[in-house]
Amino acid sequence: MIDIRWDWIGDHLDDVAEKTWQHLQLLLIPMLAGFIIAFALAVLALRRPGTVGPVTAITGLLYTIPSLAAFAVLIPITGLSLMTAIIPLAAYTLLILYVNTVAGLRSVPPEINEAADAMGYTSTSRLLHVQLPLAVPLIMAGVRVAAVTTIGLVTVAAIIGGNRFGGLGQFITEGLQTDFDTKIYLGAVGSVILAFVVDGLLVGLQRFLTPWTRARGGEQ
Amino acid sequence: MSSGATIEFDHVSKHYDAAARKRGAGGAVEDLSLTIPAGRICVLVGPSGCGKTTTLKMVNRLIEPTGGRILIDGVDIAEVDVTDLRRGIGYVIQQVGLFPHQTIAQNVATVPRLLGWGRARQHARTDELLALVGLAPDTYGDRYPSQLSGGERQRVGVARALAADPPVMLMDEPFGAVDPIVRERLQNELLRLQEDLAKTIIFVTHDIDEAIKMGDLVVVMQQGGGIAQVGAPAELLAEPATEYVARFVGSDRGLKRLSLYRVDDVALEPATMVRVGDDYATLRQRADAADTAFVLLVDDGQRPLGWLDRADLPMAGYVSEADANPMSPLLDRRDTLKDATSRLLDEEVGSGIVVDRNGRVLGLLTLGAVMEWMQDDRSRQVPDDIAEAVAEAVVTQIDVPDEVATGGP
Repeated sequence: MIDIRWDWIGDHLDDVAEKTWQHLQLLLIPMLAGFIIAFALAVLALRRPGTVGPVTAITGLLYTIPSLAAFAVLIPITGLSLMTAIIPLAAYTLLILYVNTVAGLRSVPPEINEAADAMGYTSTSRLLHVQLPLAVPLIMAGVRVAAVTTIGLVTVAAIIGGNRFGGLGQFITEGLQTDFDTKIYLGAVGSVILAFVVDGLLVGLQRFLTPWTRARGGEQ
Repeated sequence: MSSGATIEFDHVSKHYDAAARKRGAGGAVEDLSLTIPAGRICVLVGPSGCGKTTTLKMVNRLIEPTGGRILIDGVDIAEVDVTDLRRGIGYVIQQVGLFPHQTIAQNVATVPRLLGWGRARQHARTDELLALVGLAPDTYGDRYPSQLSGGERQRVGVARALAADPPVMLMDEPFGAVDPIVRERLQNELLRLQEDLAKTIIFVTHDIDEAIKMGDLVVVMQQGGGIAQVGAPAELLAEPATEYVARFVGSDRGLKRLSLYRVDDVALEPATMVRVGDDYATLRQRADAADTAFVLLVDDGQRPLGWLDRADLPMAGYVSEADANPMSPLLDRRDTLKDATSRLLDEEVGSGIVVDRNGRVLGLLTLGAVMEWMQDDRSRQVPDDIAEAVAEAVVTQIDVPDEVATGGP
């Protein structure tokens, strides 16, 4: 039987809030860093299509490194700071963000790009005002997968991070060490709820950014 | 509104190397020299791979020529900033290329926005243009392209191209993707707009019928990117310069010529008419004077009611509507001779009644009059600027391949 000490949770709400906040930081900072790098590489891919193969290979290689090993390797360099978690987490987002951003930018039909050129868009302005908005559905699909994956990986980081980092994952490791089920469930379920909430927010953001994708049913 | 600019091609060539051809580059262009007079529609027509689209895209530098110069109102476009050049040239393509993530109003305002117009001015211009192409701004402005039909989208495409009132418009098979009924309507609307706007338009098509209908000047291009013949539509049809052009314009070119003229152009025969209530004696008198057996019965507004055959009518009394036989076809004075002749043949009569906008009888069109007109030199008259452009254009000497693609899908 699952035996949860609700009173313990009630007494430690401060702790829950703090670890949730850290979990969010370990989501947002790596995602942002990963997105900036992936986007820059994707823009490079438009100008130099030859870079797609090598960049995909390298980001793919990063993705194959076991997460626990990656956190452990960084401990001697960055110590028990948040950076030890942020760097691998950002690296793991690169593959999916890069591949989806490239696919998104490439999904713009050639006649749309040609029309933009013919009307006198500069290449930067075309990228920002035509290609990027049209790439949003595919980019957001990548962002959602990367976000949910990252939320899960943060709990793994807790194994290395001890009481320093790991967000809600710290409840799981502490619960395992002290044989205290409530903490394990709190960490696991909390992490899952966080993933659902973040994913829901991202869906909302995508709907906000892409009103045209819902505009259908005219006189086709 | 600013009207058109002169576009001059001065020995323009575009050659592709083997690698580019492998990637699917368009047709090459070979030493093209041609001047398009301001305010005219010049149609480039030819089979695929003849370089017509390449020629078009060199005007807004989507493709850079490998030789020669293109001048707009005397200015070499190679020396103009490419974005400035493009913002001054309207561009309409078959796939339309509307931005799916922008509303119709935002799409139309694209070039004004890039030019940095104020919001109010953009808005006013957008409404004006949507109304111009027959789309109610209040209904359509906030929709997205995916909510429009193919024909509506193409109208938006035209409105977008006109937004900053450019003197030059480039149209690459603009009506190639819509069904024939919508295509004809869009063609007519463009011609109607052009009467007021007088842009210089380069219009690419592979459809010889569309070329003849839309063009003030038609350039027939051939494989290898050269000009086979330049002429006004009537000239091409009446006197194709080569076997290639003759085959391209088709063996029905006599009928196609008919589509160039309106019933208005031909001398109509006067109709002998009586009104309801006139007496039969008057009728006979008029029939004798005109030496005809048939008299047209009209109402007080001189609108036709039917034919009266004098042989069938009693000697005395008054004409009533019941005497009238069914009418021969009613032709509008704006109908093309092709449509009018077709109606006559279809209804197996030798003449049709021509009416004006109010339905009043103007006269009769006979097949004989149509034939006379076609032999008349006036049917081959060409405006001076077009004649000059034809005289100056350089026809390219290229070996013509045997198999020739003909027009029309």
